[in-house]
Amino acid sequence: MIDTAIHATKGGESRAMAYFAERAKWRWPEFALWIGAFALAFLFPSRALLFNEVAILALFALSLDIVLGYAGIVSLGHGAFFGLGAYVAGLLAKAGAGAGLFSDPTFGLLISGIACAVVGYITSFLVLRGADLTRLMVTLGVALIFAELANRMAWLTGGADGLQGVMPGKILGIFEFDLYGRNAYLYSLTTLFLLFIVARKVINSPFGVSLRAIKGNALRAGAVGINVNRRLNGAYTIGAAYAGVAGALLAQTTAFVSLDVLDFHRSADVMLIVIFGGVGTLYGAIVGAAAFKMLYDLLAAATPQYWQFWLGLILVLLVLFVRGGVMGLVGGLYNRLTGKGGAA
Amino acid sequence: MNAKITRRHTLAALALAATALSPFAAHAEDVVKVGVILPMTGPSASTGREIAAAIKLFQEQKGDKAGGKKVEVIIKDDTGVADITKRLAQELVVNDKAAVIAGFGLTPLALAAAPIATQAKVPAVVMAAGTAIITEASPYIVRTSFTLPQNTMPIAQWAVKNGIKKVVTLVSDYGPGIDAEKTFVATIKENGGQVLESLRSPLKNPEFAPFLQKAKDLKPDALFLFVPSGQGAALMKQVSERDFAKEGIKVIGTGDVTDDEQLNNMGDAVLGMITSHNYSADHDSPENKAYVAAFEKANPGLRPNFMSVGGYDGMALIYAALDKTKGDTDGTKLVEAMKGMSWTSPRGPISIDPETRDIIQNVYIRKVEKKNGQLYNVEFETMANIKDPFKAAKAAKK
Repeated sequence: MIDTAIHATKGGESRAMAYFAERAKWRWPEFALWIGAFALAFLFPSRALLFNEVAILALFALSLDIVLGYAGIVSLGHGAFFGLGAYVAGLLAKAGAGAGLFSDPTFGLLISGIACAVVGYITSFLVLRGADLTRLMVTLGVALIFAELANRMAWLTGGADGLQGVMPGKILGIFEFDLYGRNAYLYSLTTLFLLFIVARKVINSPFGVSLRAIKGNALRAGAVGINVNRRLNGAYTIGAAYAGVAGALLAQTTAFVSLDVLDFHRSADVMLIVIFGGVGTLYGAIVGAAAFKMLYDLLAAATPQYWQFWLGLILVLLVLFVRGGVMGLVGGLYNRLTGKGGAA
Repeated sequence: MNAKITRRHTLAALALAATALSPFAAHAEDVVKVGVILPMTGPSASTGREIAAAIKLFQEQKGDKAGGKKVEVIIKDDTGVADITKRLAQELVVNDKAAVIAGFGLTPLALAAAPIATQAKVPAVVMAAGTAIITEASPYIVRTSFTLPQNTMPIAQWAVKNGIKKVVTLVSDYGPGIDAEKTFVATIKENGGQVLESLRSPLKNPEFAPFLQKAKDLKPDALFLFVPSGQGAALMKQVSERDFAKEGIKVIGTGDVTDDEQLNNMGDAVLGMITSHNYSADHDSPENKAYVAAFEKANPGLRPNFMSVGGYDGMALIYAALDKTKGDTDGTKLVEAMKGMSWTSPRGPISIDPETRDIIQNVYIRKVEKKNGQLYNVEFETMANIKDPFKAAKAAKK
């Protein structure tokens, strides 16, 4: 299909456009998924806090999927942007102290996103200098630097004790974060949904198609006139901004930021989730995050001491026997159901 | 394949998922739930393991009834990550209707949960975390562990009394470590001593070698150490490699370093080390002998440490408070009942300060010695009824 895009001549252009329009169309399982996600807040109000974590994790995974699944940049340091976003939003909410523009959560999201986009754009030049393994090390290094900076700048971040006094205001001045977490979930889910629509548009735009061409073969993509590095800079920046917004959501809905947001395990977990859900599918990030959190919750409740063993075992089996992650499985089912080609 | 059937299957699967997610059956009226949040996995897992074992032991010994109600303990693993602690606290209060939350392995974890305690008016019993400020984060926090200033001041006073003039401090770079450093430095300076250097090592991925070398090069009379529970063995291994005794440098610290759980594996290099702490498994009292014997019987190969006793006393406090309110689970009444409570713990006499909700307890000066082929912190001096010095100083200013 990538070849179709690249080799589209003048005559084939309309055919290619029709093909992409068809791909970009919404299908019924997608509607079902989103309606279901919103309905969860009312069906299971007691689990809203967990769902909130799922929504945040899904957005974070979505951001990595753009970087890893579409741009093909293997990053083990994506947590840097998540953490930066969390600290920016946390500090803003602290400065606002519950009132005024600074403590408005949506404003916090915007600023965190912008801050991470800027940092992402700058660091993307470092990341793109090398090939896969080098990139891995550079992203890891950047994340470590951020974690140490936050630790050293204890006067600003609170150091290892965490940032105290984060008091986010009401969402849009109307909805308060309640103890049950329902508003928090709806807030995170709405953010995820809106950013998902944007990501979907981006992925199906010529920009997104060129990313896939680059991922397929960067040399050939360059040969047909795609500015490879500029596209990758762009994708990395978008991914960074998304991760920042996810971090900001966490800071706002938990009203707390600790050094842990920059910890290595965040970067590792999110990569696991993307692979588990299905790389380069967008929905894989969401389904993967949901499955990962639910599994964790069930196992940790059943055996608080040994849940890591069971989770690890299940993940290994899934990766071994289910190719393409959960979305590979779902896509196959959907095709058999509708008798059509092309995954959701 | 028939689409209708498949759709029905999908519905059935969804329904199944729904039942799996729904909360369990409604709880009976006469059950009091205590939600305990601990790091059961991750770097602080030893803290969680000790406390969970102590809680289990307490319930086996004292039964599950308090104030005429059945006490049900729910243990949750937060892996030592603050945002998970916060969510678990929220879920325990909102979903499980926990009357008391407890545990909290590290300072940031306790601080993350503090707003929940305040908002929901639920007592939070801190069984482990030791930074002085924690009890100030919410009027519903009560502590049964210790504070770092409380445990540090006695060793500093002991150092002064024993002619130590020049010191170097090395602590983990986070709340409790900084508390320990501040207290030690202040006490030494007040008594005309000299602090050559205050070193701080990172909390995560600790590498002590460069700090220890620097401390040795400065040739102080004594080197003061603090690391959190679980890191003592790694630190003491590197300390023993450097042979401070040969240079005439005394190595002293808080009892966190010679943690009972790890002490036996540290080797003879730690023999003679002087520390101050609120609990030693060797504490000479009938209560403690019974406690250690029962604990080791229930958990072969595991020696109870100061974390375990924090959990054991936390449960004792919750039980006593429920007895006092006759089973009333109103959070404000429970906290009121806990204030001023005093009893004899395995560690000695303890009480809850009615002003600060923090623990008042004896702190002991101990020396590592060999008993029956095993290493123990043997207590040789007692400083009775120590209040948290930070808060005591604050109260004195008022």
